[in-house]
Amino acid sequence: MVDVPYDRIADVPPAEVPEVELYHPKSWWTQYVFSQDAKVIAIQYSLTATAIGLVALVLSWLMRLQLGFPGTFSFIDANQYLQFITMHGMIMVIYLLTALFLGGFGNYLIPLMVGARDMVFPYVNMLSYWVYLLAVLVLASTFFVPGGPTGAGWTLYPPQAILSGTPGQDWGIILMLTSLILFIIGFTMGGLNYVVTVLQARTRGMTLMRMPLTVWGIFTATVMALLAFPALFVASVMMLFDRLLGTSFFMPALVEMGQQLKYGGGSPILFQHLFWFFGHPEVYIVALPAFGIVSDLISTHARKNIFGYRMMVWAIVAIGALSFIVWAHHMYVSGMHPTFGFFFATTTLIIAIPTAIKVYNWVLTLWRGDIHLTVPMLFALGFIITFVNGGLTGLFLGNVVVDVPLSDTMFVVAHFHMVMGVAPIMVVLGAIYHWYPKVTGRMMDDWMGKFHFWVTFLGAYLIFFPMHYLGLQGVPRRYHDLGEATFITPSVHALNAFITVVALIVGFAQMVFLFNLVWSYFKGRPSGGNPWRATTLEWQTPETPPGHGNWGKELPVVYRWAYDYSVPGAKEDFIPQNQPPATRAVQGAAT
Amino acid sequence: MAETVLTNPGKSPAQTAGWKGIAADWSSDQRAFKNVSWGKAMMWIFLLSDTFIFSCFLLSYMTARMSTTVPWPNPSEVFALTIGGHHIPLILIAIMTFVLISSSGTMAMAVNFGYRRDRVKTAVLMLVTAALGATFVGMQAFEWTKLIMEGVRPWENPWGAPQFGASFFMITGFHGTHVTFGVIFLIAIARKVWRGDFDVARRGFFTSRKGHYEIVEIMGLYWHFVDLVWVFIFAFFYLW
Repeated sequence: MVDVPYDRIADVPPAEVPEVELYHPKSWWTQYVFSQDAKVIAIQYSLTATAIGLVALVLSWLMRLQLGFPGTFSFIDANQYLQFITMHGMIMVIYLLTALFLGGFGNYLIPLMVGARDMVFPYVNMLSYWVYLLAVLVLASTFFVPGGPTGAGWTLYPPQAILSGTPGQDWGIILMLTSLILFIIGFTMGGLNYVVTVLQARTRGMTLMRMPLTVWGIFTATVMALLAFPALFVASVMMLFDRLLGTSFFMPALVEMGQQLKYGGGSPILFQHLFWFFGHPEVYIVALPAFGIVSDLISTHARKNIFGYRMMVWAIVAIGALSFIVWAHHMYVSGMHPTFGFFFATTTLIIAIPTAIKVYNWVLTLWRGDIHLTVPMLFALGFIITFVNGGLTGLFLGNVVVDVPLSDTMFVVAHFHMVMGVAPIMVVLGAIYHWYPKVTGRMMDDWMGKFHFWVTFLGAYLIFFPMHYLGLQGVPRRYHDLGEATFITPSVHALNAFITVVALIVGFAQMVFLFNLVWSYFKGRPSGGNPWRATTLEWQTPETPPGHGNWGKELPVVYRWAYDYSVPGAKEDFIPQNQPPATRAVQGAAT
Repeated sequence: MAETVLTNPGKSPAQTAGWKGIAADWSSDQRAFKNVSWGKAMMWIFLLSDTFIFSCFLLSYMTARMSTTVPWPNPSEVFALTIGGHHIPLILIAIMTFVLISSSGTMAMAVNFGYRRDRVKTAVLMLVTAALGATFVGMQAFEWTKLIMEGVRPWENPWGAPQFGASFFMITGFHGTHVTFGVIFLIAIARKVWRGDFDVARRGFFTSRKGHYEIVEIMGLYWHFVDLVWVFIFAFFYLW
């Protein structure tokens, strides 16, 4: 334990980057609405993402009502069911999780954690949010256009996505593709900011290998997003042309209702390649920030340094790189050559190695730690368990021979909800409980938080565990009504009804969380600057919530890594990153 | 805000060789790329992202071209012009390529004069670059018009695979949009150079930050990138 090396003060080199002047808002509008302050932009991003996320939550209730009690709710017809599925998936993956992790947490935490006053290009950062908001509004508008939103499924596979049998063929699909293009433009503006801020605008002493893992996770995810979103951009543009101009990029020759369509010669598989070249990295764009944040939550609340920091960093980078060469494991049933299936199955299983390193390191961080079961810690623990569960079913689906029969069943739904739905949401919630005191200066209510955690955690398992069984039974996904079939046993219907009831309960438990957010803002216990006694820079700001420019007169200087918890001989059980190593003398005297 | 005082002018840490040295260099204090400003770093990363966009467009086009069962129109025939009684294949594209590559030359000269703080020459050379870029876009518009007159549409053309028109309009259109944006920004920055904004450190209208002559070089990075992309489009679309 003693071999945590203290950095000598001489190791903090002189400043290389002169301070750049800050943009100062001149009016209420430029301070709170068209704000160029990363913290305000972060909150705007978070609130917008949460608002559209609530829409997706309600859509999931409607889907569950239909699945649990088919025929009871006559206002949900097959078309609407498909529309709900599409919008639920698209909103949750892109407009909620991506925007919240990168636009929300990224904007708030990166400048604070690396010791910068703001993002490097505040004006571009502001534009990023407003373009994102526009994308969300375009997406939401599809609920009100003739024909409603598209029902093509969140993967938008052609040719069905733009054929007349699919709901939302008139306006839904056009606006969906437009919204995606806008989202990518907006994200690129923000993403360039996050990457350049991490690479070029750190404070003195903050080497990359002293950065908290949160920043590493968000940084790597942003780099991946900048390289993966172009594929979705191109796919969206081309499909938009197929729909609007009658080009045939993705459309083969088709007969529809006895009529030969004008399309011909296009390749639907090309779309699948483009989509999943984006789509698979997207999974890790959501997961890597979660990995990073959960590392910090665990270390802080177990009062122990993270186990194997360097390995954690390299694992994040390795996962990020590997995730670009696994995309076709989403396409095993598309009729690809078995050799490709072999290649992509191999790369997919290789990803399990760095991922397993991370899981072991989290567990070893907990090992003999001083574990405080605070609400953020509960969510972090919930994440580890859920992620291991979802990851193990990922090993099933990564194998071609196991995947083919399980493809398009509820097993797949259970897998990806566990691994990239519930697990990252656990981290989002834990992170909100963790950083809320820094954002508002007040603690969130503990009792409501624990209630929220237990209902969400247990509920998630009651919802998604039975789905594995349904999938093995052969229950297909994206079906409005299962109908009569021999393999649909009575237990399937019973379980579906059960899942629906639990899903509604878990959904309403989120209202407790939202109430807690609002209530604590006014009535919460004042938190002080560093309620969790954490080491990272954002907790060392002179004001809480951090003021304009974050750091008062002088930027902090960093002397150590982010995980000096329970250092033997130190006065406190944590040593902030910006504390000079005067404590070295104390330790020297003690030994 | 004043510059941070250099309290500790220590010596730089010893360089290690090999991969460890590379990792140590990248992860060293404050910034990964030494002597690279924020703006330049951002432009490089943006161009990396944009490379992926053009790569996806070109790969999609190549997929369509290789998998089509209908014959692909012969580009040297399609893009031939009859000038003075001579039938010359690809002549317009050759001129367009020459113009765009030349504009890279004037851009490089503008960057050079920018660093010498030669206000007038920088501005003039940027405007020449913009003019060459606009000429390129103009010739592209002519080419589009000619093809549309001959019956090429995104969904069909008289000579073969319908993906020919679709890919052509999409890829050259997307590239032309890049050139057009480049021309607009060239003019805007040339105006600032001309006015002497960077000599008196005048603040930007939107960002309220002081400008530097470095923006000329950043603009140059974008412009050279757009030219480089054209070389690939030229090779893969016209010469294939």
